[in-house]
Amino acid sequence: MKNQISSRKGLKGMSDTNLLLLITIVVFIIMYLMAVAFLGSGFLKPQNFFNILNENASLIILSCGMSLVMITGGIDISVGQLTALVCMSSAVLLDKNGGNVATSMALALVIGLAFGLVQGTLVAYLEIQPFIVSLAGLFFAKGLTTIVNATQFNVENQEFVKLKNTRIEIPFMGSVNKKGIYIPAYIEIGVIVALLVVILLFVLLRWTRLGRNFYAVGGNAQSARLLGINVKRTRFYAHLLCSVLAAIGGYVYFMHVGSGSPSHADGAEMNAIASSIVGGTMLTGGVGNIIGTFFGVLSLSTIKNIVSSLGLDEAWWTNITVAFMLCLFLLIQSIVLRRKAGAKK
Amino acid sequence: MTPANSLKKKNSIVSEFVALTQKQLFIPVAALLALIIFNLIADPSFFAIKLGHNSDGQPILSGYLITILDYGSELAILAIGMTLVTAASGGQDISVGAAIAIAGSVILKVLCGDNSRPDHMQAPIIVAFLVACVVAMLFGAFNGALVAFFKIQPMVATLILFTAGRSIAAWINNNELPIIAEPEFSYFGTFIPGIPIPTPVFIAIACMIVIFLVLKFTNLGLYSQAVGINPNSSRLNGINPAVVKLITYVILGLCVAVVGLIKVSRISTINYSVIAKDIEMDAILAVALGGNSLGGGKFNMPASIMGAYIIQFLTTTLYKFNVLSSALPAYKAVVVIILVVLSAPVVREKLAFSKKSRSSNKSVKEAA
Repeated sequence: MKNQISSRKGLKGMSDTNLLLLITIVVFIIMYLMAVAFLGSGFLKPQNFFNILNENASLIILSCGMSLVMITGGIDISVGQLTALVCMSSAVLLDKNGGNVATSMALALVIGLAFGLVQGTLVAYLEIQPFIVSLAGLFFAKGLTTIVNATQFNVENQEFVKLKNTRIEIPFMGSVNKKGIYIPAYIEIGVIVALLVVILLFVLLRWTRLGRNFYAVGGNAQSARLLGINVKRTRFYAHLLCSVLAAIGGYVYFMHVGSGSPSHADGAEMNAIASSIVGGTMLTGGVGNIIGTFFGVLSLSTIKNIVSSLGLDEAWWTNITVAFMLCLFLLIQSIVLRRKAGAKK
Repeated sequence: MTPANSLKKKNSIVSEFVALTQKQLFIPVAALLALIIFNLIADPSFFAIKLGHNSDGQPILSGYLITILDYGSELAILAIGMTLVTAASGGQDISVGAAIAIAGSVILKVLCGDNSRPDHMQAPIIVAFLVACVVAMLFGAFNGALVAFFKIQPMVATLILFTAGRSIAAWINNNELPIIAEPEFSYFGTFIPGIPIPTPVFIAIACMIVIFLVLKFTNLGLYSQAVGINPNSSRLNGINPAVVKLITYVILGLCVAVVGLIKVSRISTINYSVIAKDIEMDAILAVALGGNSLGGGKFNMPASIMGAYIIQFLTTTLYKFNVLSSALPAYKAVVVIILVVLSAPVVREKLAFSKKSRSSNKSVKEAA
């Protein structure tokens, strides 16, 4: 508050949310420019950028849900396995139980709602640590996935395959290949869903009462309660939304890969947390931004692309760089927090 | 007169039972009893122990109980470190599985040198183990520094190593899978010739004795509980909370190195993506099962160790009933949920409240 009232200008006068968002966007742009400069034309093609979106549509949705929970000061590590569960259940329903696309979507939503209701109740009303609750959720989803079906298989349902292969062409962004044939740039349906989710959540967080309550509860639950906010219900909604978004993200993932497997989206929860943190969401709650999360996902995947185009294609480099990025941004957050604490004194 | 007396008696039994449920050891003991009774009813042969011979003709004990003792020992060693970390920092280290992979990889690297299939070990096992200890303690210190000095939530700080750990482990050995042919190396994870009890049990007992002595003769236990309960007031009392937290993470690193040795010794090689997979979850569960608060503060070391063996008891029971190893987590999750709900402060308050209201009812009746 003091920062907003005082007339100090520059970085110091910014709110934490905006400062962290700025850092993220600047890092992303610098990284992408560096990639273009050092790794050449591949990164200049619009399709390259669209591919990042295509591959990470589900991660964007998962990370958005994660950001919501993290803004209220919680965490949900069950989203990755929830994705796997949604993929497997939908796949089994489509191919082995004669379901159609609509029922499989409904099933996905029901799974998300069920997980959200249970986890939200346990976290908000029984006041159990969110990490432990979602750890149990992770375990449960993981086991349930293999109970539903233990092996990987591709879905052959006609209706679904048609939906999966739907490509939305972007005009004027295509490229011409060596033979002189024009290849249009495209995105998948999942990207549209992801962008919609980003916009909706941005509006929710910025202009609705529930969204503002998320920040208030995460910033200081005690004073939020004194302001008349129903802290428990707000936390409940955050976890419910996160699980539902995880189910939607799971279905988007399903549309991207078109198969069910117990090993799908393994570790996606860690990527989602990392993206949220890189995107400027603070784990301590109360600070965060959906646009930042969006850029967080893009930054991480750009880094992965850079690492693999550098020829360091051994699998470990990707993980090590992601971990390094995470470490870096956590340290930045820690310093920002310390600055805030210093300002209070 | 008589009905009133019996009512009173009933009330006191109920309230005694409620009081019993408030005890820390109630949950682990109840869980253990439930598992034992379940197994006794389902199949008493679960408790059979046979003395057999392995392929070298050495005597070994076998049976489900021995398996529980054997594999539970790894978990118990980890639970020792995890309990301290939980108490001091109010969070858990989720990177222990990845750190075990690193420690195991380091041991194999030192023993094998550049050749991944050496005829002889290139260094004494003790040297390899000490190097692994140092490395694991360094990684522990890294986690601890992030938590203690940068004040990052423990689970998130350790997320870094969790993400990178297995990759680092693969990188240390250049993604090769070194195999050690010499039988001496496998003694730590299996059996020492002539002794029919699995070696990890002895290692775990040694660790327990060490931690018992440390807790008895140093202030580690007191300090870590003080820091966990209130870092600010412990600082005012002359304790440095950051250093105490750091030390607990380093101790956990040491535990990780010991488990790493057992793990690689069991199979004389390593599989980076599978070794100690999900063990962090079991270790955290062991601490929770011991009735320790996962939010830090007071802890009970024997309860945690008992929790570790109970987890292994549960796992082995599930295996015995032919539950797919990949489906195990679902069952464990149900157990976790029941446990955390039972130990949730809100639920406990409700229980305590019902006890109170009952006793107040009683006093009202007596007044009438």
